[in-house]
Amino acid sequence: MSQTVPAVSVQQVSVHVKKATLLNNVSIDVAPGEWLSIIGPNGAGKSTLLRSIAGVIECAGIVEIAGTPIAHLSSRQRAGLVSWVPQTPTIPVGMNVLDYVLLGRTPHLHPLSSPGKADIEIARRVIDDLDLTGLADRLVETLSGGERQRVVIGRALVQESPVILLDEPTSALDLGHQQEVLQLLDRLRSTGDRTIISTMHDLTLAGQFADRLMLLAAGEIAATGPASTVLTSELIETHYRASVNVTTVDGAVLVVPRIHPPNSSATKEP
Amino acid sequence: MNVRPAAARVTWLVGAAAFVLFACALALLIGPTSIDRSSILLEALDAVLPVDVDSGLNDRQASIVRTLRLPRVALGLLVGAALSTAGATFQGVFRNPLADPYLLGVAAGGGFGATIAFVYNLGDGRGFLDMVQIFAFIGALAAVGLTWTMGVLGDRTRSASSLILAGVAVASFFTAMQTYLQQANTDDIRQVYSWFLGGLNTSGWVEVTQLLPFVIVGVIVLVLASRSLDVLAVGDDEATMLGLSVGRTRIVLVVVASLLTASAVAVSGLISFVGLIIPHTVRLLFGASYRIVVPMSVAVGAGFLVLCDLIARTALSPAELPIGVVTAFFGAPFFVVILRTAAGR
Repeated sequence: MSQTVPAVSVQQVSVHVKKATLLNNVSIDVAPGEWLSIIGPNGAGKSTLLRSIAGVIECAGIVEIAGTPIAHLSSRQRAGLVSWVPQTPTIPVGMNVLDYVLLGRTPHLHPLSSPGKADIEIARRVIDDLDLTGLADRLVETLSGGERQRVVIGRALVQESPVILLDEPTSALDLGHQQEVLQLLDRLRSTGDRTIISTMHDLTLAGQFADRLMLLAAGEIAATGPASTVLTSELIETHYRASVNVTTVDGAVLVVPRIHPPNSSATKEP
Repeated sequence: MNVRPAAARVTWLVGAAAFVLFACALALLIGPTSIDRSSILLEALDAVLPVDVDSGLNDRQASIVRTLRLPRVALGLLVGAALSTAGATFQGVFRNPLADPYLLGVAAGGGFGATIAFVYNLGDGRGFLDMVQIFAFIGALAAVGLTWTMGVLGDRTRSASSLILAGVAVASFFTAMQTYLQQANTDDIRQVYSWFLGGLNTSGWVEVTQLLPFVIVGVIVLVLASRSLDVLAVGDDEATMLGLSVGRTRIVLVVVASLLTASAVAVSGLISFVGLIIPHTVRLLFGASYRIVVPMSVAVGAGFLVLCDLIARTALSPAELPIGVVTAFFGAPFFVVILRTAAGR
């Protein structure tokens, strides 16, 4: 790691809800321009970690964005630094795509003012980038799942924040749009120096696009590092309770579930 | 290219202004005393505009226009604008299409306050700083304050649903106290009853001047803040992440909308449905963005109430129908329309 201030620094973050521990003592630094993908089985605490970084849930420990603890920031200041693409966004009734994407300009507008020409231009550019040009006037609620997902990503992009958090950004997308969205994010981070933290269920895609993976299990970090060290059959079988083959094709780490696990009887207690 | 906000909004606002002017003119022209129509309009212009217009009316006729019909129209505009703007705001703040200005207990609190004043013969609801008005105003705000306190105590996140539930509880409590007081003093039941059905009673310009500052300030704030209602529409978490200070926005909007409602209730009693159906009508006609719904509700609500008042005072002339009866008559069937539209989505 270089000496620069990390874009996101998570220091000993824990989240307890009633008696359950959702996150336990998680620490990680993410460099500017880096893409970190958080993987892990259901209930591992992936979304909780994203929400802690986003500042929408209370957590113990410190989260810093570009060296500033987020607890010291107003929501407006924070929104200028971090944008968030939730896994299941609330879609307002009767709002068209352009107006919805323009909501992302909120941190740049005075609370009592309306978006101006420059804001609309930014929104239109993002809408074009996301292949949504023809849909600008459509109501968001009438779009397909994949179109909706891109619209929500568009809202985060017009926020123009240095850090983008995405909770399962590709789960509603078909293969082509998955690739397109991930490539767009990749381009943004290399050209615009944006830092990306995403959670991903698709391990192969996670490994392909992220610089670094972080495997969360039961609220704790089980492993971090490049795909080649995190996507191993041992780690995946231990934490996902799955039986997989891991191979490498064209430098990409491929995680393939096995249909007939070998010696399935051997996993039983003698 | 699509026709986008600016042009469309100007057209709609001009249309809404025309509707308001039409409603005002109609309400000025119709009344028990027949006066030459063009002279009425000239006299009204003379009163409203800073120019001298000779209407040719005699003193008695001029006085009817200036001290009876004009203030009544003005009061209708103010109360209609206040209730429908507050209603649109409450619907946005609580993300609830059934929210109306009375959601947090304003009506029950105002009703309790007014009943106290009637029962103890402190006033009759008319004139400058009349005790019925003052008690209704205080009762309305006390109820909202109590609702807010209960909602926050019950749920530190101040979620919309905990406030709505607290509002239901507070409203029931104030209604119970009001009913007790009313039943224990049946001599005053007629006055109380008529207050509850609402009415635009004017004594010259007194009520208008009392209400005017509340409506001007309240409406300006709510129109300017309407964009934050669009942000709130995506839920508290996402709105926070978009940079909106959700808690502060909600309390500011609720306080302003409640002051607006309480001030209207104080001078006109409980006028139902306006705050509910006007924002919905506007939404059906012009779209769901609050940047359009709130300003258009101001105009459409103002014009609508003036027309309802015209019906209220002419339908059974010389007797007057409570204006709440007229608004409910149009309001109730409207639910069917809302339902059909909602089902069609």
